[in-house]
Amino acid sequence: MDLNTIWFLLVAVLIMGYAVLDGFDLGVGIIHLFTKDENEKRININSIGPVWDGNEVWLLTGGGALFAAFPIVYATVFSGFYLALVLLLFALIFRAVSFEFRGKVDSDKWRKAWDLAFGIGSLLPAVLFGVAIGNILRGIPINSEGTFTGSFFGLLNPYAILVGVLSLVMFTMHGSIYLAMKTTGGQKTRLKNLTPKLWITFVAVYLLATLYTFFEAPFLFDGILSSPLFWVLLVLLLLSLLYIPVAVKSNSLGRAFISSSAVIIMMIGLLGISLFPMLVPSLTDLAYSLTIYNASSTERTLTAMLIIALIGMPLVIFYTAYIYKVFKGKVIISEDSY
Amino acid sequence: MDAVFLARLQFAMTVGFHFIFPPITIGLAWLLVIVETIGWRKNDERYTKIGKFFGKLLALTFVVGVASGIVMEFQFGTNWSEYSKFVGDIFGAPLAAEGVFAFFLESGFLGLYLFGRKRVSKGVHWFSGLMVAVGSTISAFWILVANSWQQTPAGFIVQNGRAELTGFWDAVFNPSTLIRFWHTFDAALITGAFFMAGVSAYLLLKKKNTEIAKISMKLALIFGLVVSVLELFPFGHEHAKQVAQTQPEKFAAIEGLYSTQQGAPLVFFALPTDNPPDLKGALEIPSVLSWLAFGDIDAEIKGLDAFPEDEIPPLWLTFVSFHNMVILGLYFILIMAIGVWYLYRKSLWEKKKLLKVFLWSIPLPVIACQLGWITAEVGRQPWIVYKLMRTSDAASVTVSAGEILFSIILFGGIYLLLGALYVYIMAREIKHGPEPLTSKEAIA
Ligand code: HDD
Ligand code: HEM
Ligand code: HEM
Repeated sequence: MDLNTIWFLLVAVLIMGYAVLDGFDLGVGIIHLFTKDENEKRININSIGPVWDGNEVWLLTGGGALFAAFPIVYATVFSGFYLALVLLLFALIFRAVSFEFRGKVDSDKWRKAWDLAFGIGSLLPAVLFGVAIGNILRGIPINSEGTFTGSFFGLLNPYAILVGVLSLVMFTMHGSIYLAMKTTGGQKTRLKNLTPKLWITFVAVYLLATLYTFFEAPFLFDGILSSPLFWVLLVLLLLSLLYIPVAVKSNSLGRAFISSSAVIIMMIGLLGISLFPMLVPSLTDLAYSLTIYNASSTERTLTAMLIIALIGMPLVIFYTAYIYKVFKGKVIISEDSY
Repeated sequence: MDAVFLARLQFAMTVGFHFIFPPITIGLAWLLVIVETIGWRKNDERYTKIGKFFGKLLALTFVVGVASGIVMEFQFGTNWSEYSKFVGDIFGAPLAAEGVFAFFLESGFLGLYLFGRKRVSKGVHWFSGLMVAVGSTISAFWILVANSWQQTPAGFIVQNGRAELTGFWDAVFNPSTLIRFWHTFDAALITGAFFMAGVSAYLLLKKKNTEIAKISMKLALIFGLVVSVLELFPFGHEHAKQVAQTQPEKFAAIEGLYSTQQGAPLVFFALPTDNPPDLKGALEIPSVLSWLAFGDIDAEIKGLDAFPEDEIPPLWLTFVSFHNMVILGLYFILIMAIGVWYLYRKSLWEKKKLLKVFLWSIPLPVIACQLGWITAEVGRQPWIVYKLMRTSDAASVTVSAGEILFSIILFGGIYLLLGALYVYIMAREIKHGPEPLTSKEAIA
């Protein structure tokens, strides 16, 4: 395997890590929009209080890694998606401060305002994540110079919006399973009843989106049907997906959570296989697409970065796992809580 | 309005806002490491209370730093895509390294530090505080590597239409990295010390929890004096020497030298003008600058007139921001020394006026940091990468002036709101004060 392929894999792993980890805390934020009871609201917030920032770092590191390994993609996509990213930043800024600010002033209006910031600040990124992926899958207008020639409204095409809905439902389901795991009593029961409904919606939207992809981006299916890896991931995806309602029903929420994480990982894996070796297909002409070869850094940089990743990421995974272990179990509200 | 100008305005605004918070975070984090170490070793509740109180203020600062930092991470791609394409092979790596080595560390362990006090042993809790400080310092290191490479690029060749890496360590430890790191890191420690001193002074003035406030005041003053002195010598001095050697145009602008001369004077005060670049009414001592920069009173120092006209930075802003930073630096040494003197004389607690001065000095190091960055960044113009790429060639071509104007207004609005809320909530938390000591401790 060459370095460019390794970096394709590593970027995919960072996106998977982001989607699984920030996925559930975005989901909790979306559910928060519909939570009425003040005590339950505090439980929502504190269920992710110690970990949300660490989860978001997967996105930041993903951005940094993309910059370092595939600078042309970073430059083209980020400048091309300008207004969409400004919107994303707007959401993430308010979301970040909402945790800290909400409890600091004892007033209902104040708390309501920050509840909204937390909720919308979670919902928008969940949708935009899908919209961005949808646009990349169907391709974006890139000319022979590698410059983006589209517009903001071009990004809001029906296909991308459908993928946006898909990621919204996916993260909400993932979050509701997580939250059910961290809560007790009525809150837990309600979340457990909500999950199957989200699951059905997710399956329906996923089927629809897959069907749509056949028409919208047929090139994605070229050659992958003969790849064994594709079939392995697909089978794993289906098994994990089918297991979710079973696990929720038998109250094995931990397992349900692992399954929904697996679903997310397999989905992104499948997308990766169908894109490879492209990173961003060009709508103008597939020959102008950005690939892992024409958009990458030099071999020297890729090597240096690989060493950094090999030293750093095992450490990160080690202490992140430790921190999750410390905060394992039901949420307990104490004087240190938000 | 022209898109490049707007992109610069937006970058300056967002990074300037962001950099209000990191120095407070870094400085407080290290002071808290000292506090928690003593608290843990001596098993002294007073230190735990200080840790908890300032820990809350740290968390508040940290979160606004995070919120504004996310913008920075994406901005090179959104607004400076031509730049990102040209330097990506080198510039991306430190940003990624910052994520891998620093952001995960500080964010993970801050959660543990703030919420885990009751869940882990004292030793682990202490360690989590240490990791917050270490993480934020590593973060500073890598981001300064990126910036220093723009100032004094090394370890690359230009080929295939871009800068390509030839030596990773040469690029990381380029001629300005280490001194920029020490100077900025020490600036953060000063900022933390003034923050802790100012807040403690407030508690003393309001007679709130004075047993606790006296401890934190003492710590902040002694620590603050040491780091303030270090900032002038060696760090400030060495930094200026580095600029004189590696970026002579910037040095000329910093020192207000219009014409090349031997035995150049050190200017204390002057009214600079930009058109033509020159100084009016300068108060100066001859030869000192040549001696400070090159250790020789007769050394020749190049003035702005020695460089092509389209390669010199603006004199006015560079000169004014640099000189005000230095004035503030001298003030920090003076006021910390006065504080320590009265501490030594055991009469500090009665000096109401002095305590007020400390309270009102809280924002000054933050201002000095901003002035320092303006010196470094404006003094680098017209280059985005010194002698390699012009700022005017670096902006995204696909992003229109209208779009940037929209985002400037949006971010400007958000930052005004966040800044105001930060000050408001911070003031409330400080007024609320630390938790009172349980009576047993108060007697002891
Ligand atoms: C000297 C130090 C320093 C400098 C020059 C900068 N920052 Fe910063 N940054 C920090 C020191 C720091 C910090 C102390 O590490 C922060 C403050 C609060 C925090 O979470 O970490 C931080 C936060 C922070 C975050 C959020 C991290 C998180 O979620 O934990 C990002 C993405 C950036 N920064 C990115 C940047 C970029 C791209 C900069 C370049 C223009 C920049 N920072 C300048
Ligand atoms: C965090 C503290 C910093 C502050 C307060 C700061 C301040 C500024 C200011 C005032 C400008 C505008 C200069 C001008 O256009 O005349 C600027 C530009 C710029 N700075 Fe910084 N800077 C900081 C850190 C950094 C770092 C760490 C980097 C790189 C990693 C960086 C990269 C840039 C770039 C790319 C521009 C825009 C292009 C330019 O005008 O040169 N800055 N900064
Ligand atoms: C007391 C004498 C001081 C001297 C002689 C001095 C010297 C310098 C010089 C020459 C630069 C420009 C570096 C460049 O352009 O590349 C600089 C930048 C800077 N200064 Fe100072 N400084 C002093 C005090 C301070 C103080 C007190 C603070 C803050 C508390 C501070 C914070 C900064 C910062 C944040 C920068 C920008 C980052 C960098 O380039 O290092 N400085 N300083």
